[in-house]
Amino acid sequence: MTPSGVLAASASGGDLFVAQNVFFGVIALVMIVSAIRCVTTRNVVHAALWLVLVLAGAAAQFILLGSEFVAVTQVLVYIGAIIVLFMFGIMLTKASMGDDDSVATEKRLMASLVAVLLAVVMGIALIDSYSDTRVVIDEPQRFGAVSDAIFSQYIVAFEAVSVLLLAALIGAIVVARKE
Amino acid sequence: MISLLAELSYWQVTSIRLAAGLVAVLLVAGTLVYAHLFKMVSFMQSRLGPMEAGPYGSLQLLAEIGKFLQKEDIVPRRADRFVFKAAPFVVLTSTFLLLVVLPGGPDAWFITTDLGIYLAMAVSSVSVIGILMAGWGSASKYSLLGGLRATGQLIAYELPLLLAVVGVVIQAETMNLQEIVLAQANGEIFGWGLIGNPFILTQFAGFVIFMIAMQAELTQTPFDMPVAESELVTGYMTEYSGLRFLLFFIGEFATAGVFSAIAAVLFLGGWYVPGLDPADNLFNVLGPLVLMGKVVVLTFLVFWIRFTFPRFREDQLQRLAWKFLVPLALANIVVTGVLKVVV
Repeated sequence: MTPSGVLAASASGGDLFVAQNVFFGVIALVMIVSAIRCVTTRNVVHAALWLVLVLAGAAAQFILLGSEFVAVTQVLVYIGAIIVLFMFGIMLTKASMGDDDSVATEKRLMASLVAVLLAVVMGIALIDSYSDTRVVIDEPQRFGAVSDAIFSQYIVAFEAVSVLLLAALIGAIVVARKE
Repeated sequence: MISLLAELSYWQVTSIRLAAGLVAVLLVAGTLVYAHLFKMVSFMQSRLGPMEAGPYGSLQLLAEIGKFLQKEDIVPRRADRFVFKAAPFVVLTSTFLLLVVLPGGPDAWFITTDLGIYLAMAVSSVSVIGILMAGWGSASKYSLLGGLRATGQLIAYELPLLLAVVGVVIQAETMNLQEIVLAQANGEIFGWGLIGNPFILTQFAGFVIFMIAMQAELTQTPFDMPVAESELVTGYMTEYSGLRFLLFFIGEFATAGVFSAIAAVLFLGGWYVPGLDPADNLFNVLGPLVLMGKVVVLTFLVFWIRFTFPRFREDQLQRLAWKFLVPLALANIVVTGVLKVVV
């Protein structure tokens, strides 16, 4: 048992992590099923709830990879904020019970085209950069290491993103505001 | 204790932690309901409260649980069955996950991770999904209104809650709750280390903001618009009965206990009491009890305020969060940061 880290001691078993691989498969299966149900269900609230499962699965995969910070941020930002805003918006406008046949079907073709295109682009990029590389995770990535990197190596990018977000925030207020 | 834990295998340690988690949630929720909801409020209103079941009504809670378990678990006809039935479990899951980061002694912890308080804040926001599920799944306008009010309130008060914590994190130089306790135990006030340095002294503004935001996050009066009984019956819980109502009820009080425990760890020194060595093995037994004592004191405050103040209006609530608590918390962070660098 390592005394610290969300990830229990696992690195001692050499290169092949059996438990990690099994759970990767299980979580990936849940994610795929939820993602398919998310786009095929005719109920908007159900779609949002299926999306929660997909995002939670992504967080779980990050934990399996030893990236504690990314996993928790995934939960905080996506599940805790974005999905909640989605559902809040849906319920404020229309939250009909049962299936809703007016849920757009005519845009299915374009949507699937975009999805396939995105998958191809990301797939090529991933295979191109990592085709033969074996990523060995000796130990989980520490929170402190992440913040050290952000505030030294990537400080310019970090500040740029902060200013961009602030501008977007002010822009949103200006757009939404009525005189 | 260390040697004992080292000899146990992984699954044994995990089972012990699981049992401890269950006890921590149920025992704390039960104590709060009996001591505060049944007895304290009765004395405040010059009555005795439950007296029949057991000595001084101490078994009243078991009678209540028996009552709820016998009740029919009704699902409204137009409700979304699965979402409706799953909602209380989502809320309760969030409570249990919150508990995981709490340290009860030098070796008595569930997990100890550098994420600490950040993890706690992240999983506490998951309960909002459960509340929205309950509000929508019930197919009732009172439930939906209650769910929407709850969501707006929880989003608004998560911000001051998080910002109030930042001051403590800056001072302790860590997010790990165990190390925050040790930082307070080993701290000194201008070279005087007799009582350590509980952050309630140096972070008093942060403590006040945290307690106010916590009161709102727990939807306790004066922030109880989501369950305002004179307007919305009981908000998102309106359609629930039997076991599922009981789950929401346990969740409400267990969350009050867990949030108070987090406040105790951040500001009151957690499991530590002055005068003893924080590495002492004694704390593995004494620590959880000390923490529990501090939780009872803090929840006493919560329920005292709950039964004393009238309800806010919706706009007053939002104004308090955005125009008062958030700027105050930001100022607290700036002052703490400057002092940290200068002193």
